[in-house]
Amino acid sequence: MQDSVLSVRNLSTSFLVDGEWKQVVRDVTFDVGPGETVAIVGESGSGKSVTSLSVMRLLNPDASRIEGEVLLDGRDLLSLTEREMRGVRGNQVSMIFQEPMTSLNPIFTIGRQISEVLTRHQGMSKREAREETLRLLEKVRIPNGRSRLDDYPHQFSGGMRQRVMIAMALASRPRLLIADEPTTALDVTIQGQILDLIKTLQEEEGMSVLFITHDMGVVAEIADRTIVMLRGEQVEAGPTEDIFLRGRHPYTRALLSAVPKLGAMAERCWPTRFPVVDVSTGETAEPDEVAGTVVRGKTPILEVKNLVTRFPVRSGLFGRQSGSVHAVEDLSFELFQGETLSLVGESGCGKSTTGRSIMRLVEPTAGEIHLDGYNVLQLDQIGLRNLRKSVQMVFQDPFSSLNPRMTVGASIVEPFVKHRLGTASQAREKAADLLERVGLSASMMNRYPHEFSGGQRQRIAIARALSLDPKVIVADESVSALDVSVKAQVCNLLLDLQQSMKLAFLFISHDMAVVERMSHRVAVMYLGEIVEIGPRAAIFENPQHDYTKKLIAAVPVPDPARRGVRRGLSGEELKSPVRSLNYRAPSRTYREVSPGHLVQEGGDRGALLAASPSTLLRTQSRWTTLRGEGGLL
Amino acid sequence: MAVYIGKRLLVALPTLIIISIFVFSLQKLLPGDPVLAMAGEERDPATLEFLREKYRLNDPVVMQYFYWLGGVVTGDFGISLRTNQPVLELIGDKLPVTIQLAVMAMIFALGIGIPMGILAAVWKNSPIDYLANLVALSGLSVPNFWLGIMLILLVSVNLGWLPASGYESIFVNPVRSIETMIMPAFVLGTALAAQLMRHTRSSMLGVMSADYIRTARAKGLSPWEVVMSHTFRNALLPIVTMAALLFGELLAGAVLTEQIFTIPGFGKLIVDAVFTRDYAVVQGVVLCTAIGFILMNLIADLLYVLLNPRLRATI
Repeated sequence: MQDSVLSVRNLSTSFLVDGEWKQVVRDVTFDVGPGETVAIVGESGSGKSVTSLSVMRLLNPDASRIEGEVLLDGRDLLSLTEREMRGVRGNQVSMIFQEPMTSLNPIFTIGRQISEVLTRHQGMSKREAREETLRLLEKVRIPNGRSRLDDYPHQFSGGMRQRVMIAMALASRPRLLIADEPTTALDVTIQGQILDLIKTLQEEEGMSVLFITHDMGVVAEIADRTIVMLRGEQVEAGPTEDIFLRGRHPYTRALLSAVPKLGAMAERCWPTRFPVVDVSTGETAEPDEVAGTVVRGKTPILEVKNLVTRFPVRSGLFGRQSGSVHAVEDLSFELFQGETLSLVGESGCGKSTTGRSIMRLVEPTAGEIHLDGYNVLQLDQIGLRNLRKSVQMVFQDPFSSLNPRMTVGASIVEPFVKHRLGTASQAREKAADLLERVGLSASMMNRYPHEFSGGQRQRIAIARALSLDPKVIVADESVSALDVSVKAQVCNLLLDLQQSMKLAFLFISHDMAVVERMSHRVAVMYLGEIVEIGPRAAIFENPQHDYTKKLIAAVPVPDPARRGVRRGLSGEELKSPVRSLNYRAPSRTYREVSPGHLVQEGGDRGALLAASPSTLLRTQSRWTTLRGEGGLL
Repeated sequence: MAVYIGKRLLVALPTLIIISIFVFSLQKLLPGDPVLAMAGEERDPATLEFLREKYRLNDPVVMQYFYWLGGVVTGDFGISLRTNQPVLELIGDKLPVTIQLAVMAMIFALGIGIPMGILAAVWKNSPIDYLANLVALSGLSVPNFWLGIMLILLVSVNLGWLPASGYESIFVNPVRSIETMIMPAFVLGTALAAQLMRHTRSSMLGVMSADYIRTARAKGLSPWEVVMSHTFRNALLPIVTMAALLFGELLAGAVLTEQIFTIPGFGKLIVDAVFTRDYAVVQGVVLCTAIGFILMNLIADLLYVLLNPRLRATI
């Protein structure tokens, strides 16, 4: 092998916590060769990000200590002075980060932020830097680069911002690019575009890439070699194929088995538990076969008919309504007892708004919702209170959805107490029972949320949702924020609960692989409408609508053998659902492909926004602003 | 932009009307009869009645308000009962004094508060930070009048560097004018500097933990560039608003400081007016400061929008 570009030897990083040095990365050793992509994979707290920040020496020097050797082309970065190190950062080694929304300075134009690197490292004049910046924007395939040079970050979508970040990172033609979870915050189709872009640029520039990620699918797709990290230690390293096919460490095997794989459910009729691997021994327990749970009665437990939810867009002197966000448009579906219907789609497609409309957390504009005998949209305050007994919600973020000043026991039974369903001692029994049900122990009742991990907190949130014995649970991205192995466990828990309590789930998710495992039926949403709905097998094995196909194709497959499949670099993005007031939603027709499998027909979707480019830009930036502030949708 | 300003001014109109009603009724609610105050030793009922008629004090209160408002709108704030000068003239005399004092105090406040805040944030939990906090704490807790008296004692009486009191118009003798104002401006400025320092520090610290600052460092920028251009420009947003509001407060006059340094500004004018029940003057001054405050508020909002590209698109 040629000399490595980056060679890390016995890297250990410690943080000063409450006056004591705590080692968070221990003895990590790896090499990145020229033009090679090395992935560091691990779950939260594995030290993978700290490793990358240690290489860049971006950690606060007062509160951290880095030991070992970090050789870049033979030069030890750890022995450089801070001043010399500044000449390396952004120049020989550059970095892109997870959050494109917050990683760009909001008050400077993107042109300025990119050219800053050029004036700093290449000694270019402002003029030259501007020309070069333009070239870089073209390189990362940002359309109309010249007119966008003086735009501010908020005028770009997440995917475009990540392209700007990449342009910035490439400005000095670095030897090494460190990409720290660069696609985690992006929609799956955008993720595909960005991954392809990184691969293409890597070939063009001949640089090496150190890729930090938690996503095995992304690893399989991009990495030549892979390093698996667990609690600060490197547990396994090797060529990606070897790790995937012949991973020896039990943790590697556990991690891999927990990864949701698209297509893994091809032969099965019902949702199936994830296989469980013992982390210490590496023994795989085959998943139990789950029996059918769906009770196809005469009436569905939840029936949504022609649901419309719009939000006003105000502008002008007196804040007159100038348009609407058509978040949910003419949506109809049914959900039966014991069934899981998944709503999938990318951010802004209206899937969460649908969930909240059903809960009446936002007021729908029109339509009908029947839930367990209630006509949801006709309910008064008391009726709404009773409705909450039938339907409960589990949210995405287990860290902010529990009150930090309440014991988890109190949190769990709060709905039970507030609905006056029993005495205090009954409430305690209930809390104990629910904790056991979700796989925790009753003795944890008196602890506070901060004493629990993310996965445990999500179990607590599920227990709270169950405390009123609901018939329907709206799970809004409930497993999206969890680590892979924890995600698998929580999914298994949901399946068990469905089995024992005959729950119906409205499973809102952007993760196609999880959806495939969890659902009986799937509805694909695009711009507020269902474009395709049907039994899981029909959607995944015989997708009809272009958007469904695109969505499935974009999911990274955790199989290194399928590397090199490119999706094209086009920067096509989700269109905006902001419409003028006189917009009339077209009436849609559906074609039945097979029993229960409906596909929206025709309609030239591109013509929906037949506006001049400038208007389009304006609505889009307003749309981003709307979404950015307070997360309206 | 013009539309935005127009809209904001339009919104300010109801505020002004409410303030004018408030200012007007304040006078009616205060104890004491202005006619008696005006008449001095005179207690002849006919004279008192004449004065009442002259100032239309016998008319219904609502009508009195409209007489007064009509005058105000046309620039007639009435006549001072005490000096028989038009109120507008009095205000016109004092306003440049107050503005000069406010501007100079603000220069001290910004010049001390912001750099101190930046230093304290950059070297958080270091001796510099502690020192800055100490200075801020003393700035907030030492009363203005005490600091003023001590400064006069030290700088004027013992060292003889600056005049202890008095006032010279900046248009007549600029050097002398600034000399007489330095100490009062410093006294006023330090108290504000303390507030600005605390805000700058916390605003800077908030921005310093932002993702885009990490990006800036990963680009290899120098600490100076990271702090001054990437951090400070963002941290400035809330500080600008605060500074503009503080300036608005300064326009209302600084009663104690003006008394100590015998500066003939708004503060002194309003104190004198209140003591002599010179209502026309009180009303005029209060209305003036209210307008000044609303204007500063508007300027604060405009600056905020100008500095923040995310808001520029919305106006």
